[in-house]
Amino acid sequence: MRKEYVMGNGAIALGALEAGIHLVSGYPGTPSSEIIETISKYRQGSVHVEWSVNEKAAMEVAASASYSGARTLVTMKQVGLNVASDPLMSLAYVGIKGGMVVVSADDPGPISSQTEQDTRMFASFCRIPVFDPSSPEEAFTMIQDAFDYSEKYHTPVLFRPTTRVCHAYASIEINETTNPRPYEGFVKDSKKWVIFPRLSFLNHAMIEKRNPEIGRDFSSYSGNTVSGMGKKAVFTGGISYSYVKEYLKDYPDVKLCKISTPYPFPEQFALSCLQGVEEVLCVEELSPFIESELLKIAGSHNLSVKIYGKLTGHVCASGENSADYAADILSKFLGTAAKKGIDLSAAPALPLRPPVLCAGCPHRASFYAVKKAMEGKKSYFCGDIGCYTLGNAMPLDMVDTCLCMGAGITMAQGFHWTDPDSTCFAFVGDSTFFASGMTGVVNAIYNEADMILCVLDNSTTAMTGHQPHPGTGRNMMGHIVDKVSIEKILAGMGVPKILTVDPLNLNESVKAVQECASLKGVKAIIFKSPCIAISKPEKQMTISDKCIQCKKCIREIGCPALITAEGKVCIDKGLCTGCGLCSQICPVHAIGGDCHE
Amino acid sequence: MNKDILVCGVGGQGTVLASKLIASAAMNLGNTVHSAETIGMAQRGGSVTSHIRIGEQAYSPIIPHGNADVILAFEPAEAVRNLAYLKKDGIAIVNSVPVKPVTESLNDTGYDGRDMITYLKSKCECIVVDAMELCSGFGSTRYFNVAILGVAVGTGKLGLDVETILKEIEVRVPAQFVDTNKDAFLAGTKVGSANK
Repeated sequence: MRKEYVMGNGAIALGALEAGIHLVSGYPGTPSSEIIETISKYRQGSVHVEWSVNEKAAMEVAASASYSGARTLVTMKQVGLNVASDPLMSLAYVGIKGGMVVVSADDPGPISSQTEQDTRMFASFCRIPVFDPSSPEEAFTMIQDAFDYSEKYHTPVLFRPTTRVCHAYASIEINETTNPRPYEGFVKDSKKWVIFPRLSFLNHAMIEKRNPEIGRDFSSYSGNTVSGMGKKAVFTGGISYSYVKEYLKDYPDVKLCKISTPYPFPEQFALSCLQGVEEVLCVEELSPFIESELLKIAGSHNLSVKIYGKLTGHVCASGENSADYAADILSKFLGTAAKKGIDLSAAPALPLRPPVLCAGCPHRASFYAVKKAMEGKKSYFCGDIGCYTLGNAMPLDMVDTCLCMGAGITMAQGFHWTDPDSTCFAFVGDSTFFASGMTGVVNAIYNEADMILCVLDNSTTAMTGHQPHPGTGRNMMGHIVDKVSIEKILAGMGVPKILTVDPLNLNESVKAVQECASLKGVKAIIFKSPCIAISKPEKQMTISDKCIQCKKCIREIGCPALITAEGKVCIDKGLCTGCGLCSQICPVHAIGGDCHE
Repeated sequence: MNKDILVCGVGGQGTVLASKLIASAAMNLGNTVHSAETIGMAQRGGSVTSHIRIGEQAYSPIIPHGNADVILAFEPAEAVRNLAYLKKDGIAIVNSVPVKPVTESLNDTGYDGRDMITYLKSKCECIVVDAMELCSGFGSTRYFNVAILGVAVGTGKLGLDVETILKEIEVRVPAQFVDTNKDAFLAGTKVGSANK
């Protein structure tokens, strides 16, 4: 045994390895990405680990491995579960053989997501169990339990940490060696593994009979705990439990009930907790899940207990909880004193530090080229999910829409059909293109839309921490593999015009955009230049005394390395990467130096 | 030992390294340690905060407001941004050198950090350090983090000794930078012990 100080995501990964997983698949997404990265680092023996092309693919790869009896882990963020929901819904009916745990990391806030959806609701919708860890330490043991329950009931189970659990660090004690569990292999049985309406009907009945049994089983699960006593009780789960516990350190006369298995709800456990209780406060994030379950129980058992939470306005309906927010609502519920820190009401205005594209980011150059080429012409700029969503910021202002992974490509087509005289652009990153961009391009070709696809190819999945993808030529097994060519994919689909340009060459890029804008049909421009965070160029631009201080460079591209000192434009040497975009904009050629060209 | 320590700065200032040095030093001294980093979407230039909780009785990964024994701030506005976490009798150790927002050239707010320092001094016990001056011998702003950490260790408020941190620097810093990091750290400890 040895101790490792790891992130919650690391604890989940190490727990899954202890559980004897044979296969891990997933798609990057904050706050879940480090699970697969940790597995790749610690895996032993025959463990297969992969970044799948998207969450649906990941779910399906794991499903058949699990049919074969191997233990499998699938990882994603909560919006990824939407992508994977098609296989998961059916898989819930079919069931599995080897334990299969699907980690879907929720992001209350949201801090880095499009939605504040709740994976516990998804579990209830799919009719499969869900586990809700409250700390990295608990995540480590709970994921091992999740595999056992998955096998016991032959069902995939969800495991949903939230951002603060995923990103918190703690010490975990692990075994020196972990080995995948042996597995039987696939046993052909078309009555079991081939989904047909008859099988769905029979299995649906079985599932509805089974789930209350699981709820009874969960009622004695060690992760569902109760401590303290009194007429007031707090029901909570996940990270909110840690916040509540932090406050209740000083108040032992309160019952604290932790629900670690929100679905199927451990009704008998909750009933025993409610004995002698007059008032309940439910402290949870996202949906009022525990609160709704308690209301059902109180109703069906005629309990005279008052239940407060999100539905009664005692807890905020949206956003994330914190230790301070929990202290605030608990002090109101218990009539205790709210702890006050330093009063900051008279603090001076704080400088805002909004996220921006990095200095030297090739996306800035791509956006700028399209902007210049389309000046004065009616255009739509459909953005997508990735660093390049930041192209929305001033002064670029080049993102009109952003919806979900891959949507920009298809949304550009909708704009074309409502405004045929305009030019419709879709900006998509290389990883997003592979994940969910390709079908949208086929849709455009087939349905005769006019659009320009701009692939911002920086050879990595930058936003989530630089994971490899099919275009990078390496995978999570550490193998060098053939790069999948975006150009050849588009050519194979029959895109008639495909141009590949270096976005840091402004003239060439503007010409490419103008050429495509003059043509009908589907056109593609691949703006190819590596992410500066991984290519780490150390070149620098310089400004000569020819500079007339017109500040056009600052006003047009908003690069963080272009700063003013005592009213004069200068280069922040700590930030400049020598991309050379500013030198191509300067009207008097005052910017030069050791640049990209 | 029970201690809550908050480290804050701007992306690129080495906040994460400083917090790792503190956390692992505390663990090597036999303590239970939890920590958490809050980093927004910004790769560089965004606010970064690291919470280190030493002791058995820490449940929330984020320090509750009014609980931090020490705030180490590599930037004056970031100290103010996180001041609610400080205990009433806690101490803030603050670098007075400001980092302007990356959007400053587009939208000049005239931010120079001075108001922040004045405000901090009116609100809590603080040691203000000009890290530029302190690190002038080391040729780079990249040593601000260990220098400020040195100041904090020098005051004795972290409950961590100089030797333990020096060992952690050897383990966690790339070999070619170990000596300079140690020197910057030791320069900080002198300022810290003078302010005890």
